[in-house]
Amino acid sequence: MAEQTILQEPVDIAAHFPESVNQDTRSGFHGWVVRTGDLVQFATTLRDEFGYDYLSSVTGVDNYPQDQMEVIYHAYKTSGGPGVEFKVQVGREDPVVPSLVSLYPGAEFQEREIWDLFGIRFEGHPDLRRILMWEGFAGHPLRKDWKEPYFEEELKPFKSRWPDGHVVRAEEKNPFQDNLEYPPGFDPDEWTPQAEEALYKGLSQSRIPPDPELKTDTLIVNLGPQHPSTHGVFRMAVALDGETVVGLKPVMGYMHRNHEKIGERNTFLGNMPFTDRLDYITSMSNNFAYAITIEKLLNVKPPERTEYIRVIMAELTRINSHLVAIGFLLNDLGAFFTPALYGLAERELILDIFEATSGSRMMCNYFRFGGLARDLPDGVLQKIKDLVYERLPRKVEEFNTYLVNNEIVRTRCQGVGVLTREQAIAYSTAGPILRASGVAYDVRRAEPYSIYDRFDFDIPVRQNGDIFDRFLVRMDEIVQSIRIIQQAVQDIPEGPIMTGKSQYSVRVPAGESYGRVEGPKGELGFYVISTGKTNPWRYHVRAPSFINLTSLAPMSLGNKVADVVVILGSVDIVLGEVDR
Amino acid sequence: MLGFGIVKGMWVTFKHFIWTYLDDLRWIGRKRYNAPEGIAYRSSKDARGIFTIQYPEEKLPTPEEFRFIPFLIYDETETGEKVDRCTSCGICAKVCPPQCIWIVRTNDPVTGRPVPAPAEFYIDVDICMNCGMCAEYCPFDAIQMDHDYEIASYDRFRTSIYDKARLSKPASYYRSIRPLTYARGEAARAEKEAAKAAKKPAAEVPGS
Amino acid sequence: MANELTTPGYDIPREIEHQVTITRLDQIYNWSRKNSLWPMMFGLACCAIEMICTAASRFDFSRFGMEVMRPSPRQADVMIVSGTVTKKMIPQIVRLYNQMPEPKYVIAMGACASGGGPFKEGYNVVSGVDKFIPVDVYIPGCPPTPQALLNGLIALQKKIDTQSLSTVPWYRKGEIEPVPVPVLGPDLIDLRKSVQIKEYSAQRAAGLQDQPAVEGQQI
Repeated sequence: MAEQTILQEPVDIAAHFPESVNQDTRSGFHGWVVRTGDLVQFATTLRDEFGYDYLSSVTGVDNYPQDQMEVIYHAYKTSGGPGVEFKVQVGREDPVVPSLVSLYPGAEFQEREIWDLFGIRFEGHPDLRRILMWEGFAGHPLRKDWKEPYFEEELKPFKSRWPDGHVVRAEEKNPFQDNLEYPPGFDPDEWTPQAEEALYKGLSQSRIPPDPELKTDTLIVNLGPQHPSTHGVFRMAVALDGETVVGLKPVMGYMHRNHEKIGERNTFLGNMPFTDRLDYITSMSNNFAYAITIEKLLNVKPPERTEYIRVIMAELTRINSHLVAIGFLLNDLGAFFTPALYGLAERELILDIFEATSGSRMMCNYFRFGGLARDLPDGVLQKIKDLVYERLPRKVEEFNTYLVNNEIVRTRCQGVGVLTREQAIAYSTAGPILRASGVAYDVRRAEPYSIYDRFDFDIPVRQNGDIFDRFLVRMDEIVQSIRIIQQAVQDIPEGPIMTGKSQYSVRVPAGESYGRVEGPKGELGFYVISTGKTNPWRYHVRAPSFINLTSLAPMSLGNKVADVVVILGSVDIVLGEVDR
Repeated sequence: MLGFGIVKGMWVTFKHFIWTYLDDLRWIGRKRYNAPEGIAYRSSKDARGIFTIQYPEEKLPTPEEFRFIPFLIYDETETGEKVDRCTSCGICAKVCPPQCIWIVRTNDPVTGRPVPAPAEFYIDVDICMNCGMCAEYCPFDAIQMDHDYEIASYDRFRTSIYDKARLSKPASYYRSIRPLTYARGEAARAEKEAAKAAKKPAAEVPGS
Repeated sequence: MANELTTPGYDIPREIEHQVTITRLDQIYNWSRKNSLWPMMFGLACCAIEMICTAASRFDFSRFGMEVMRPSPRQADVMIVSGTVTKKMIPQIVRLYNQMPEPKYVIAMGACASGGGPFKEGYNVVSGVDKFIPVDVYIPGCPPTPQALLNGLIALQKKIDTQSLSTVPWYRKGEIEPVPVPVLGPDLIDLRKSVQIKEYSAQRAAGLQDQPAVEGQQI
């Protein structure tokens, strides 16, 4: 039986708001529809009286050709358990929704993204600018009536590929030989670039106020998008007073690959290889989250052997990702490449396992709806056992020996980049950042999915919330993952790996579904709306790295420039996920 | 004592350094480099010492499931004639997530029915994401994922759309790179043939 | 080593085979350059992780002379464009390319850098980095395994071998024009095409062009 993550608790909030809150009665949909004017009051009551202090996801939906757009919120309690979903509905012509940033600061980037991609304005938002596209871009791309320059057909598969598939490169059909399109009457000579005024104005407004007595100059430095701290193309506009950071604004979108728009054109199964490319280091985990989201809609449960293999792969991916995270954190500290090389060597052995099982080191595309693509080949289970019983515990000991007591690491990481418990919950951070700040919230315990409730493992939690604690939480999580894999390889049964027959064109029943897993970077969620066809209507990724970046500015203010790089390393972002 | 943590760390690095020499000494008499047993040792859980696989003299063996660019399979008859397995059913073109497969299916001018072999078959390698779904859902075992990754080129406009000639490789090659998948495919085809043969005599018996 | 450099046709006695070589200036020039290419640390997306794995201990590319990956373009020889090239990032890529000193090479690693890749249909994706900067080697794959990348680097080395001091562009008279940096407007504006853009937009406003598929796009 498919479990619904929403609305199992008898939360009687509708009684507080008899006129403005109604159940969503569409078939397959859940949650409450809140009247737009009462949204802030509703959210305040939800947070303060009912204890839903963690706003996990804010999503926009366009219901063209109906004159309706929606904003959908998912909120959870940090003490665990299923969450609640509520939504507001507005028209498509100049839509305005009150902003929830004053209550849940973690909604800041997500509301900016909805403004950027849908055009819904949020009243009361401190800095409503585009986040993934640039200022001056024409149009709001995720609207259903906005077509991209290479637009061929609404839904895949395209008719032009078969049976008359005369190959043509897409750029040959465009007058500029690239996917470009300009508004009618546009004259590049008369137009001036809007550049970055809005960014720098926002930076000067949100900075630490200058000392009124001593007049000093502030310097604005752009860290990125190309810099040696190998987290990808990410830019931070930093306002400096000497060496101290007084303001910081992250700028993203340099890797915005239109995953969600392409996702709406793809079939459900066709989206699986694209999810590999979200957080490209943890592709098995992304596949897992998408598979359980669609399995909820399809109401299928995979067989036992599949569940065990899925858990083993997910935990190997967690070890993988944390080895990379620790290696690159130490890169940022200046230990140029030695810990990274040792970590990457272990990772190579794990990647060999992925390559033997799924066919590719990184882009695994291994999970299917109701099962897996193929079974484990001979010899792979033995390799996993060798790694997990012998090699990895030894290597973790080695990491402990030379990293944890290192004086330079301790001096630079302890007490730097502190995020308090209240801040961590308010900024909707997830994963090791949340647990290093004292909040014992892990989706595998709060709302167990797959067979995680059968395994015996601990959730590492630390109290200080600084960089060193996040580093230690990741080291501890590697140990716990090894523990889970050891139990799973003992108990794994034989049997089929697929429920039903593997189909390439799945017709998913109408409804909405929000499925989440505890990825290595945090809570990875997929929000999918299906209208009963073979392609999704709306496909949204709740990306942990994107939302964790909301906490970057408060953590960095007051620290030195050199610390900003290390703080970013401890947040552990992957740009494929931040920008999608 | 201040600095002791750093010293312990450097001791670990020093041990790794010494092990590279000790491991070479342990392998005197056996070939640690440029030999399959050496490569297998360096990719195993016991690997200590130098971890590098020295491409291009040593190549890491690709596992059977490894996916790179797809290729079409043709069977060779005793007379040397090449018979394409592909029937241009179009499933691979429909299932491809970025839609990089282009197939032209022609109709027989005499009977008007489709010819079960593709007239043209293109894969745009600059779009292919190596996902393997075309190979997974082909009902005729006619397209599989190749292992050849040494396909760098200097001019993509001339070389990066692979046509049917470039894509077709013999079934013997398929068997050499993917023996288990080939065996499964052959078993499935033999089963289908047997099922077809079992139905035929029943159909030929007139009205009894 | 000496055998590799010796011009065929010249016989060197066996005793001094490894001490003496008779070669051409071109060969020495190319040999020294191809074995000391320094890549620029320029990772965009998933292919960057495979590039880092190529730099790591298992598929070490410092065996080929690419000892250091320099983050500064002023100190780099080859730019390995690894990952999807988006419209927001392309002005920075072109700027970095212009800042690299000659002789410089570009490798398009992966399907996305070669021709847009699986994300080609996206509105923020440039269909291949060769729309703006000249590319020397294309490596297909998504992502190309480290061995495929090494194969591509060897292909680049072979290409460098074919160059000659008398024909290389950086020793000719006259300046090499830098690539004009594109600007971000309602969509990416390539300054080399601004006349064409103006004409096309004017025709669309006058209703002479067919309506493109972009309905709802407004300034």
